[in-house]
Amino acid sequence: MTDIFKPSRLLTTGISRRSALKGLGAAAAIGTAPGFVRYSQAQSSAPIKIGFQAHRTGIGAAYGRWYERTTSAAVKLINDGGGINGRPIEIITEDDGTDAARGAEVIEKFANQHKVDIVYGTLFSHVVVGSAPAAGELKMPYYVVSEGYHVASGKMNRYVIQPGITDVRAQCRAVAPWITSNVGKKITMIYPDYAFGHDHRDFFAPAATEQGGEIVAQIPIPPTESSFTRYLPQIPSDTDVIYHVMVGPAVLTFVKELGEFYGNSGPKLFGFIDSLEAVDIKSPGLEFLEGTHFWEGMPRYLQADASEDEKAYRTAVGLDDNGASVNDAKDVSTAAHMFGCWETLYVIKAAMEAADYKGPEDRAKLIEATEAMTDLPAGPEHPQGAKVFNGKNHQVYGSQSISVVEGGKLNVVHRTTIEDGMYEAEADYTTQSF
Amino acid sequence: MGFGPYLLLASLEGLVTAAVLALTALGLSLVFGVMRVVNVAHGEFFMLGAVLAWGVSTAFAGHPAIGFTAALLVAPLVVGAAALLSERLVLRRLNYDPEATIVATIGMLYIIQQLALTFYGADARPVQPPFNIRIPLPWFGFSGYKLFVIFAAIAMMIVTWFVLTRTKIGLVMRATQYDRETAQAFGIPVDRVYAGVFALGAMLAALAAVLIVPIQQAHYLMGRDPLLLSFIVVIIGGLGSLRGTVVAAVLIGLSDSIISMFYSPTLAKMLATGLVAMVLVFRPQGLFGTTAR
Repeated sequence: MTDIFKPSRLLTTGISRRSALKGLGAAAAIGTAPGFVRYSQAQSSAPIKIGFQAHRTGIGAAYGRWYERTTSAAVKLINDGGGINGRPIEIITEDDGTDAARGAEVIEKFANQHKVDIVYGTLFSHVVVGSAPAAGELKMPYYVVSEGYHVASGKMNRYVIQPGITDVRAQCRAVAPWITSNVGKKITMIYPDYAFGHDHRDFFAPAATEQGGEIVAQIPIPPTESSFTRYLPQIPSDTDVIYHVMVGPAVLTFVKELGEFYGNSGPKLFGFIDSLEAVDIKSPGLEFLEGTHFWEGMPRYLQADASEDEKAYRTAVGLDDNGASVNDAKDVSTAAHMFGCWETLYVIKAAMEAADYKGPEDRAKLIEATEAMTDLPAGPEHPQGAKVFNGKNHQVYGSQSISVVEGGKLNVVHRTTIEDGMYEAEADYTTQSF
Repeated sequence: MGFGPYLLLASLEGLVTAAVLALTALGLSLVFGVMRVVNVAHGEFFMLGAVLAWGVSTAFAGHPAIGFTAALLVAPLVVGAAALLSERLVLRRLNYDPEATIVATIGMLYIIQQLALTFYGADARPVQPPFNIRIPLPWFGFSGYKLFVIFAAIAMMIVTWFVLTRTKIGLVMRATQYDRETAQAFGIPVDRVYAGVFALGAMLAALAAVLIVPIQQAHYLMGRDPLLLSFIVVIIGGLGSLRGTVVAAVLIGLSDSIISMFYSPTLAKMLATGLVAMVLVFRPQGLFGTTAR
């Protein structure tokens, strides 16, 4: 520094010794100020920090584990390919404990302590609902990989976006016609008695009724329940189909008890795979599921018609043909949901490139760039299939798989189209100011 | 399904709950009765039992009954040893001071829970029942294993009752419970009795957990509900009363099951909590408890 500000040179330009010293001091102060060098570098190669809200503990832990694996696989590929705008992604993970209050705390920690560019991750709807206000207040883009209708409903804020996985309302609409025409028309619904379950209650019933189906009973079950037999007599005897959606540690118990209760007779079953994510279909007690149908966001078992992109995705994440970890056949994945992490990260990448994202000052531009997206074609970025994004309600629409359990495996028997799940958007986040 | 079968199923389910609850609550009641220690970590000993049951049963190949029997023997012993260790390291050093031990056992709760999270993980894991028999009734099928749980719990309660009332160990325990100083003066090693009772209490919880784990699943957060329900049971039944514990467990188990089935689970919880409040107001010593001496 002193080399540049040689007194002799400064003196020749007519600057007094006092002001030269002042200038020297100021230059030295700026140069050594914390963050100064990093700031100038941030424009070029400093990593883009993405805060990852993960269910490492709590009832969502199995999902969290696979969300992390999928995330690191996608981030590795993106970084190997040159990152975003020439900058690598750095993932900073915090455990939300599958807990709404901790979710909100984590958002603040990301903003104030880790100083991340954006926040992404989390599945369980109560965590999203609990965290969204914090994201809005902190003006922090919050890309969720959830499923509930909360984002599309318009009840969140402009900073909350769900571009990588379809919502329950779309899933219900898409599978309802198939159920009523292939499984049965008189349907009893069993679902967890909180946000995610309520979405099923509110959206499957009208979708099925529209198709000539009839909901003969709705049985909500408290999320803390660990035994279910006592609810089963509430299922009316004229039921053709039991539509079941359960999440959390008790799901295996639920299916086993259903088996004990009905034996080989009883209504047919249609389940959301949420009930059995990360659970081996060959677990003892699940033989009862043979021949029943499940919704899957993305198939767990490698299908004969899988695309090359899907195969590449499975290899990158470390999935064997049965959808378990290549390192441990007992470590079954949450395949029906976790692809959403992969696809969301690629949406973030595309949006950041479109917005020429430089730093937190471009957050509004980033949201606008995401809102401007429409078609997300199938490919390496979207291995689950093509999708359509609606910028108004911040929700993506895609196809669903319906699978049957055969020989302890899930085989896809039907894939819905994107249009099957479409509905009239009720929300318009783009009218909200930043 | 008619009213009769409906009620039968609710009662059977209620009895399973009651059986496991009675064993768990008995452990809590015994520890309080003899030691005057409110063991807030009781639910975690229960959880530890379930987690160990998973560990032991998966270590054995072959028929699931082998692994389950091993778990039934090993898990309570290990949990008992852990309880013994924590009694020596913590409770004894606090001189069994009622307030201090509450805080200390809250600490133990978190330590055990976090250790389970670290070494066992956050997943819920199933344990295979020793046998899979479906008992087909005309209206519905019922798990044969669940019936076994009811009978096993009854057998364990009888053994405990026999030990407490008909053996010298029981006599020593009752003497210590009745008057610590006098017992000591008569040469009863109160200190060792306390350690034994604390271990026994934890073992009962672990045993209940091993019995329930093939029905539910082993999970590191599973200790909360049994703890809460055990407290409800011992408050209603009267702390330190074996008979009260059994009656209260059956009352809570059956009412919870029947009310949840015919009305709503929330109402069942509300009534149980209401009953606790009533008991505390009108009969603070519990239905079968004796007033403090």
